[in-house]
Amino acid sequence: MLHTVNKSPLDRNALESCIKHVVQGSAVLLIEDGVYGAMQGTQKSPMVESAMKEVSFYVIGPDLKARGIDESRVIDGIDIIDYNGFVDLVEEYDKTQSWL
Amino acid sequence: MALEVNGKSVAVDEEGYLENRDDWDMDIAKAIAKEEGLDMSDSHWEVVNFLREYYDEYQIAPAVRVLTKSIGKKLGKDKGNSKYLYELFPYGPAKQACKIAGLPKPTGCV
Amino acid sequence: MSKRFLYVNRKAPYGTIYALESLEVVLIGAAFEQDVSLAFLDDGVFQLTRGQQTDELGVKNFSPTYKALGDYDVNKIYVERESLEARGLTLDDLLPLTYEDEDDDWAEKDSIKLVSAAELAEIMEAQDVVLSF
Repeated sequence: MLHTVNKSPLDRNALESCIKHVVQGSAVLLIEDGVYGAMQGTQKSPMVESAMKEVSFYVIGPDLKARGIDESRVIDGIDIIDYNGFVDLVEEYDKTQSWL
Repeated sequence: MALEVNGKSVAVDEEGYLENRDDWDMDIAKAIAKEEGLDMSDSHWEVVNFLREYYDEYQIAPAVRVLTKSIGKKLGKDKGNSKYLYELFPYGPAKQACKIAGLPKPTGCV
Repeated sequence: MSKRFLYVNRKAPYGTIYALESLEVVLIGAAFEQDVSLAFLDDGVFQLTRGQQTDELGVKNFSPTYKALGDYDVNKIYVERESLEARGLTLDDLLPLTYEDEDDDWAEKDSIKLVSAAELAEIMEAQDVVLSF
């Protein structure tokens, strides 16, 4: 399953709830305000780093750029992709769930 | 709505502001000025160019109070006052000059 | 008699319309010559980050407009320290916002003041009107 999260983890609990409900082998894609969840050194980074042991994390590059988050500040191991990469992920995983 | 300039057609809104800022050039500015009943002098261009630079830097068209103050700082006190600017643009320096500069209607324009 | 207005900004830019709406209201309201302050806390601090580039998203990057606030005589911008720290940010990550002080021979001064949550609580308490975005 591909999970997408579009809310900032510092504002809403969408990412936290998503992480509680993912199973091994799933992927989490951070989009729109969800990209703040990909930043190093925030209150929520440890939660993401720990979840990365079980599932793959992706983040949309243009959404990072819009918000002034340099790629160097993204947690190591999170794949930065563009909207075409989003389409590829949707094809790769049989189902998608949006955490709004 | 559209404005015809040199056989080229550019989109404008119902008040005559350009829909797309990238369409702007000096001929279009002159055409809009003509519709406003203005003949562009060097002094008019000075204000119009100032507005375009302000927009490039801040992404807004300044309110008239801000425009007056900023012009005064950049071009001198004799130009940074409402009398001078209203003589150039009788229907309001911010509104009229912004239109000629191809910018949206000023934010905070009352 | 001018009133004290505080605009409270708590949302990240772009994901929702709040940040842009607040900025527009501030700019329009600035014409009324009130005593205006802005507070940025929680995800609102993300509005002021440097280096925003939105061209690939096709939405307007309105972050340069914060730099015009000084021209509009809006020069009390409070940023909450705890909110920055929770997001791994420092003042260096934020846009430099300045104004020219009329009473001090137009000297250029910083508009941003870093305050604690407790200090911000007192600032909020001291207002006549608080507008939340």
